[in-house]
Amino acid sequence: MAALIEIERLTKRFGAFTAVDDVSFSVDRGEVVGFLGPNGAGKSTTMKMLAGFVTPTAGTARICGQDVVDHPVAAKRSLGYLPEGAPTYPEMTVSAFLGFVARIRGYRGANLATRVAHAMDLTQLEGVRLQPIETLSKGFKRRVGLAQSLLHDPPVLVLDEPTDGLDPNQKHEVRELIRRMAPEKAILISTHILEEVEAVCTRAIIIAHGRVLADATPKALEQPDRTLEQVFRDLTTKPAEAA
Amino acid sequence: MAALIVARRELAGYFATPVAYVFIVIFLMLAGALTFTLGGFFARGQADLGPFFTFVPWLFLFLVPALTMRLWAEERRLGTIELLLTLPLPQWQAVVGKFLAAWAFCAIALALTFPLVLTVNYLGRPDNGVIAAGYVGCLLVAGAYLAVGAAMSAMTKNQVIAFVLAVAVCFLFAAAGSPIVTEFLSQRIPLLAEVARGLSVTERFNSLTRGVIALRDVVFFLSFMGFFLFVNAVVIDHRKAD
Repeated sequence: MAALIEIERLTKRFGAFTAVDDVSFSVDRGEVVGFLGPNGAGKSTTMKMLAGFVTPTAGTARICGQDVVDHPVAAKRSLGYLPEGAPTYPEMTVSAFLGFVARIRGYRGANLATRVAHAMDLTQLEGVRLQPIETLSKGFKRRVGLAQSLLHDPPVLVLDEPTDGLDPNQKHEVRELIRRMAPEKAILISTHILEEVEAVCTRAIIIAHGRVLADATPKALEQPDRTLEQVFRDLTTKPAEAA
Repeated sequence: MAALIVARRELAGYFATPVAYVFIVIFLMLAGALTFTLGGFFARGQADLGPFFTFVPWLFLFLVPALTMRLWAEERRLGTIELLLTLPLPQWQAVVGKFLAAWAFCAIALALTFPLVLTVNYLGRPDNGVIAAGYVGCLLVAGAYLAVGAAMSAMTKNQVIAFVLAVAVCFLFAAAGSPIVTEFLSQRIPLLAEVARGLSVTERFNSLTRGVIALRDVVFFLSFMGFFLFVNAVVIDHRKAD
């Protein structure tokens, strides 16, 4: 069977600037892939293309075999996506917001209530379910975004900086959650935190200037005398032509 | 249908913020004040809502863009456009849903002018059919301006720009049939004068307030809305990530 996430020669140019340059990789069920790179490396743009928000200049991506450009709605059904910054509607309450997402995803009645309750349970949001999202702290807002992406128990999860803005305990919770879900899903997370990659990822992809520089297990990337952080610095601070 | 789910969320959003209440109060105050003062509701001695229907399109010219300026601009500012458009719904349904919510909201505001209808029925014996046609006309004008405003909102992240653009474009269609424009054009380019008259929102509205619901006018308004919703969808598709 084909991988759940397939990215083929994906390219995005904004005018003369190439944000993502011929990126190809795939993620299988059971894998948690950490997407690493400096700011502006093209991580978010790649994820936005995968989620069907940015239209690729060239190349394509498939989610569960569905092309994100040709069959966007079908691809999005199998995808749970946490956009960068975890945007949510500030005036809505947590349960109204999750209810809205569940309804769009086609859940009704008791089924909808179960889904929303389960998503809130996974992300520990029950305590604030009736609060408007704008009154919540940064960590809670991020978890509302996460709950939204998990609601339909999707086979593919694409999370753009899922632990950004969380305190160490919450980070731990989210990592535990990702690890628990990992066996049945293909998960792609972007992060700046290298220890996170070592903690949850089965594979790491390092990207800079829109190109993939390394694609291996965190263990394989680490060399006897160099930590992951040093390897990351070596790879991403080299001038672009060396890549 | 996903469009209705979007519409429902959007409509609830109006009432979750003071936007809805400010809009409705200002609309009712202005509509009432203009009808009774400038419109000379009592002095005319006629049992109809003529003065009211004269002013509503002009009120809408400014109030409707105020309603639509946030439709897409706000989504862009908050980044929620990325959330909305990565949910499994066709993009056109998001466009239609937002439009329907704003239209339903205008219908609510119009419905709240019912005391005028009661007043005129208490004072005299108006032709309620004409009044009903006038309300249909108001709703159609609101829909036309909403479609324009929503399309303008899709083009920018800045709500003020969205507002100004929407007022300008709506004004163009409101003034297209006015004697100043048509006379100016007929002296120079007679063909364009005909086009301008044909595209005038005000002309069509006036025939509705006379009590005539002509199919061609209804078709005009519906295709007008359809056109601008299409523009809206195209703009969103091309510029969603900007």
